[in-house]
Amino acid sequence: MEHTPPPFFKTGPSPLTRLLIYSVLSLALLIADARFKHLDAIRQVAAVAIYPLQRIAAAPASMVRRAGEFFVTHASLREENTRLAQEQLAAAALTQKTTALESENASLRKMLGARERRAERSILAEVLYAARDPFSQRIVLDKGTQHDVQNGQPVIDASGVVGQVTRVYPMLAEVTLITDKGHLIPVLNVRSGLRSVLVGTGVHGVLELQFVPLNADVQKGDQLVTSGIDGIYAPGLPVAEVMAIEPNPAATFSKVTCRPLGGVSNNTRVFVVQGSEALPPRPPEDAEQTPRGRKGRKGG
Amino acid sequence: MINLYPGSPQEILKPAQTGFIVFTLVMALLINLLPWAGWGLWVRPDFVALVLLYWCIDQPRKIGFTIPWLLGLLMDVADGSLFGQHALSYTILAYAGIALQRRVQRFSITPQALHAVPLLLLNDTIVLLIRLVAGSDFPGYWYFFGSLIGGLLWPLMSFVLKLPQRPRFDSDHV
Repeated sequence: MEHTPPPFFKTGPSPLTRLLIYSVLSLALLIADARFKHLDAIRQVAAVAIYPLQRIAAAPASMVRRAGEFFVTHASLREENTRLAQEQLAAAALTQKTTALESENASLRKMLGARERRAERSILAEVLYAARDPFSQRIVLDKGTQHDVQNGQPVIDASGVVGQVTRVYPMLAEVTLITDKGHLIPVLNVRSGLRSVLVGTGVHGVLELQFVPLNADVQKGDQLVTSGIDGIYAPGLPVAEVMAIEPNPAATFSKVTCRPLGGVSNNTRVFVVQGSEALPPRPPEDAEQTPRGRKGRKGG
Repeated sequence: MINLYPGSPQEILKPAQTGFIVFTLVMALLINLLPWAGWGLWVRPDFVALVLLYWCIDQPRKIGFTIPWLLGLLMDVADGSLFGQHALSYTILAYAGIALQRRVQRFSITPQALHAVPLLLLNDTIVLLIRLVAGSDFPGYWYFFGSLIGGLLWPLMSFVLKLPQRPRFDSDHV
């Protein structure tokens, strides 16, 4: 550097040296995070340090929202009340039907010897803010490990799947939205029963159905629900609706564009679904036999 | 009349308070943490980078490299982005600010802002390169827009951050 101080002042290493030290440190952190995912402990500490600032920063928005909720007009409340009463009536009829169906289903399942499905518990969480990372689509919730939120749990709203918890802090949780680039959900077409994989594009509100053969039975307006074969999302949650199908004769698969059904990025409250159905454990005999076999071979 | 040119010889400024520097950096962090979304995210400059660059040019001895690095780590955790990307970009930004400080301090406000914009763009480019290597898509050219806004905000920020250092005007001088 041109303007180094005279050597009789003690100033420590030169700026260039310090730049190199800190750059190497940062690069080491980057590689450790991207490649090996070993930095959760440091991340947790830093997250606790910054938590008060995050809460303060999120306060004005939630205050405006609460104020807005307080000053709703009488007319809109009444209107909402009537609408809710009507919905309640319709829902009551459905519920009665569902109860009957549920008991019937339970008895049928018992007859088939199928496993009982566990009732799912869900936690109501408030969306603090959308992560300010222009490269990914994520939201931050105000519930964390303190409230039993765990990594990998699905997040839904009233109308569909929103995303999945991908990082948990003591009092916050980060949710990767289904529209994030590379996010995958196994889905089932309700109309045709076709199974496929729905992938996020990284573009706001656009999803793509992957590996759909050219002659597959997919139509515009088809509803897609989770198929549940991944063991993460419970089966039957609504996910998306088919918007457009572009058959490309040059390619093996057609391009199917979909729209998420849940309000993926405009929610203020979401549910974190807990205790989703666990996949059956791998058969234990295989795991035990293989090493024994190897040992035997080695010994022989 | 308020003199906007900090380098002008007729004004002798008081030394900057360390407490005030810390306070402005925390405020910048707080503004960065506000729930920006939609077009707000497009036009938002990185306030931490902006204030950091200002102090690196104005008070290089008080900032050093540890503070930018730690601030970068906090930003990475708050954004949930790759751990170390802002740490690296802020460190390089601080170095650029310290290396250029004697040159930049000679200029009046507008050329100073013109110096700040490329440095802020450099900061963005480093983050962009890291993310591209990590496998993200290019988010579009609006990604750089915030830094241009940062350049426009430079005179205002410079004025506000200089306020506590200005001598109180005596009635004799007015």
